[in-house]
Amino acid sequence: MIEALGERIRATQTPLVIRAGGSKDFYGQQIEGDILDVSGHRGIVSYEPGELVLTAKCGTPLAEIEALLDRHGQMLGFEPPHFGTASTLGGTLACGLSGPRRPHAGSARDFVLGMEILDGTGQHLKFGGQVIKNVAGYDASRLMVGSLGTLGVLVQASLKVLPKPQSELTLQFELDETTALKRMNEWSGQPLPVSASLWQSGILSLRLSGASSAIMRAQAKLGGDHHLNGPDFWRQHRDHETAFFSGDLPLWRLSLPPSAPPSSLAGKQIITWGGAERWLKTDADAAEIRAWAAAHGGHATLFMGGHKAAGAFHPLPRALMKYHLRLKGQFDPRGMLNRGRMYPDF
Amino acid sequence: MIAPKIIRRLQSVLPPDCLLLATEDLKPFETDGLTAFRNIPDVVALPETENQVKSILRICHESGTPIVFRGAGTGVSGGALPVDGAVLLAMTRFNRILSIDPLARLARVQPGVRNLAISEAAAPFNLYYAPDPSSQIACTIGGNVAENSGGVHCLKYGLTVHNVLSIRVLTIEGDELVIGSEALDSPGYDLLALLTGSEGMLAVTLEVTVKLLPKPERTQVVLAAFDDIGKGGAAVGAVIAGGVLPAGLEMMDRLAVEAAEAYAHAGYPLNAKAILLVEVDGTQEEVSEDVMRVREILLAAGATEVRTARDEAEQKKFWAGRKAAFPAVGRLAPDYYCMDGTIPRKSLPDVLKRMAALSEQHALPVANVFHAGDGNLHPLILYDANRPGEWEKAERFGADILELCVAHGGSITGEHGVGIEKINQMCVQFGSAELGAFHGIKACFDPDGLLNPGKAVPTLHRCAEYGAMHVRGGKLPFAELPRF
Ligand SMILES: Cc1cc2nc3c(=O)[nH]c(=O)nc-3n(C[C@H](O)[C@H](O)[C@H](O)COP(=O)(O)OP(=O)(O)OC[C@H]3O[C@@H](n4cnc5c(N)ncnc54)[C@H](O)[C@@H]3O)c2cc1C
Repeated sequence: MIEALGERIRATQTPLVIRAGGSKDFYGQQIEGDILDVSGHRGIVSYEPGELVLTAKCGTPLAEIEALLDRHGQMLGFEPPHFGTASTLGGTLACGLSGPRRPHAGSARDFVLGMEILDGTGQHLKFGGQVIKNVAGYDASRLMVGSLGTLGVLVQASLKVLPKPQSELTLQFELDETTALKRMNEWSGQPLPVSASLWQSGILSLRLSGASSAIMRAQAKLGGDHHLNGPDFWRQHRDHETAFFSGDLPLWRLSLPPSAPPSSLAGKQIITWGGAERWLKTDADAAEIRAWAAAHGGHATLFMGGHKAAGAFHPLPRALMKYHLRLKGQFDPRGMLNRGRMYPDF
Repeated sequence: MIAPKIIRRLQSVLPPDCLLLATEDLKPFETDGLTAFRNIPDVVALPETENQVKSILRICHESGTPIVFRGAGTGVSGGALPVDGAVLLAMTRFNRILSIDPLARLARVQPGVRNLAISEAAAPFNLYYAPDPSSQIACTIGGNVAENSGGVHCLKYGLTVHNVLSIRVLTIEGDELVIGSEALDSPGYDLLALLTGSEGMLAVTLEVTVKLLPKPERTQVVLAAFDDIGKGGAAVGAVIAGGVLPAGLEMMDRLAVEAAEAYAHAGYPLNAKAILLVEVDGTQEEVSEDVMRVREILLAAGATEVRTARDEAEQKKFWAGRKAAFPAVGRLAPDYYCMDGTIPRKSLPDVLKRMAALSEQHALPVANVFHAGDGNLHPLILYDANRPGEWEKAERFGADILELCVAHGGSITGEHGVGIEKINQMCVQFGSAELGAFHGIKACFDPDGLLNPGKAVPTLHRCAEYGAMHVRGGKLPFAELPRF
C-alpha cells in the first residue's frame, strides 16, 4: 500500500487532496485536486501497555484505537475530537486537534514519538521512533502534526499513551465570565486534579480526574454541583454535538493566553482550556476577530462555515512565511500535497 | 584561523570586554564537558545586547564565517565544541528573568538564565519549571531548548519541548522570528518543535517563554533493592504497567551504588546488585495510594528490600546519592565517558546483560546510573585518558552501546544530543533519505551552513566511510581525520 501511494505521488501531474475518513473535510481552506484516498492504509501495528506506546497506520479509525486502549485501562492523553465515526489517526494528527484534556495533559504533538511519511516526491521517510526520549536529528515527527498534509502524507505514527484516571467527576458552578476566567486560572495554578474546564452561559463546568480520594477532597474544597452525566457532557462538547455548534453562523476558534480578558466580540461564546480556547459563533468581521485575538496575544481560526476567502487560518508574519515556504519546498518541491489547504501561498 | 579583518569588524561592534582573543581567556571555552574533545576557539564573543548579537550574525553572514553558539558549556556531546575558523558566541550574559506571570503560569526569560534560577524565581508563587536536568544549577535555558533537555522528572512532566511555550530567535539571514506564543498553539507549522532540540544548527535563541506548574502537594520516594540487575530492569516495566506514572524512576547498578554510598552516605543497601528510586507526587491521597501500589509491585517483582522515606530528610538523603552519582563514579577512575542511549523499557534486562558482556569484552568497567522510567541509559564508561589507546577503547565501547540501543528499537541519544560525539551513530539510526531530509531542513534556515558546521547531522560521505570502517570493526573510526 505504501509503495502504491508513493508511486501515485511520484507520478501525479495534478495536485493531490489527501483524504481518509473525510470527517474533517470542512477544516482549512477548501481545495481542488485528485483525491488521494489513504483510508485503506489501516491497522494497529503494535501496542504494548507496559511501554505506554502504540503504533498504528494512519488510516486506522480513532475509535478502533481508543477501544483497544480502553480495554487495557489506557487512553490518548490529548482526548482528540472525532467529529463523526469516520475520523482516523492520520487526519487527527494532520489537523493537530486536541480536546478538553489538552491544557492539563498535553496536545496531539506532545504525544507523538515517531512518524512515517511519504513526502511530495513519494519518498518514504521515518522520523523519531517508539521511545519516550529521542533527540537524534531534527524533530520532523512533531513538525508534521498540524501541517495539514502539506509536508507529507502521514502513513504511520507512534504515540505515547496514558493510564486512564481511576475516576472522574464533573462539578458545575454558577459564575459570570470574568469570575469564571479568574477561577480557571487560579485553579490551574494549584495542585488540584483538574482535567477539563468549560464556561458557557453563566455556568462553569470543571472535570476532576485521578484517585477517588483525591477527587473527593478537591470536591470538598471547591464545592459546586455534581453533574450527573459528565462523560457525555465532555464528549458532546469535544465533538461539537451540542446546540451551541448548530446553526449557520460561522464558527471561530480563538486560541489565547489563558488569562486573556473576556472578549468584546459580538456573538455566542464557549470558553474552554482554562481560558486558553474560546469558541465563537458570530458573523462579526474576520479582520475584527483576528485583530482582537492578536491584540491579546493569540490567533483566530475560521473553524467551520463562513467565508474562507478571508483565510481559514490567521495570517503569518512575512518573515515566518518565508521559512514556511522553504520547508514546503523542501518536503514537497512540486507542490502536489494538499496545496493551499493551510495558506493559499503553499 | 579567523581572518584579522573579521576580528576588526567584530571589534567595531563589541566593547573590548565582550570579545576574548588571548589564549588564556579562550582556554575555558575549549570543551563542553566532553573532555576527550577539545579545541581552543579562535575568538569568543560575549555580547550583552541583542543588537550586538545581530551585528555579529550579520558580519558572519556577510563574510561566510561560521558561528558556534554556546550557553554554559555543559552539553557533554560536543554541541558547543569550538570549530576552527568560527566565532564562538556565548549567550551567558543574557541572564535576566524578564517577567513571571503567576496567574497565567509562565516565565519569560533570556537564554542565558540558568535552569534552576527559573524555579527559584517561581518558588514564591508555589510554581516551578518542570524539566530538571542534573546539570540544572549550571546549564542555561538556551542550551536546554537547543538540546531538548530532560531530567529526572520527564516521565511524568515531559521534556523541554513539552514545557516551552514560545521562543524568539534570530536566523543567520537576520530574520527575527517569534515562534509559538503564550497561547497553547499557533498558526502555521510547529516550528517550536522543530527548533527545540536543533542543537544550535538553525538559529540563535534570544528569549524563551516557559510554562510553570504548581508544585505538587506532596512527594514521596520509595527505594527498592534487587539481587539481580535484570530483576531491577523488569521491575521498572512492572511499575508502569501497573498503572502508576511516577514523577521519577531512577536506577543504579552495583558499581554506581557503591560509589554513591561512599561519596554521599545515602544509606543505600550495599549488597544490592541494583537499586531503584521511585518518586511519586500529587495530592496527599494520590501519593498514599501510589506508594502502596508501588511497594506491592516492587515486592512482587522480587525486590529484596523496599523502603519508603520516613520524612523529607530521608527523601533528600535517598536523592543525594543519585544526584552525587556522577561525581562519585568519577572518583573510581581518572576519566569517565557518559553515554545517553534510550531503549524500550522492556529491553532493559537484555540490554543491561549485554552491556556487562561488552564491558568484559572491552576490558573497561561501566557504571549505570539512569532514568529507567524513560528507558534512558547513562552508562558511565571508566577509563584513563593518560593510558595510550584507552580513550579509543572507551569510545568504541560507547559506540557499541549506542548501536545496541538502536538494535533494540531505541535511540542513540535521549537528552544530550548528537553534537560531534554521536555523529557516526546517526548513520546507524537513520537511512540516507532521512539524513537528506535533515540536511534539507538545515538548508531552509541556514543555506550557507554557517551555524555549528559539522555537528548533529553527518554528511552521507561521512556515513559511507563510517560504514566501511564499521564493517572492519574493532578499530577507531577515522583516527586520522579531523573531528569535524
Ligand atoms: C553533570 C551533568 C549532568 C547532566 N544531566 C543532564 C540531564 O539530566 N538531562 C539532560 O537533558 N542533560 C543533562 N546534561 C547535559 C547538559 O547539561 C544539557 O544538554 C544542557 O541543556 C546544556 O546547556 P548549556 O547551557 O550548558 O549548553 P551548551 O553546552 O553551552 O550548548 C549546548 C548546545 O546548545 C547550543 N546553544 C546554547 N545556547 C544557545 C542559544 N542561545 N541559541 C542557540 N543555540 C544555543 C549550542 O550551540 C550547543 O549546540 C548534563 C550535563 C552534565 C555536565
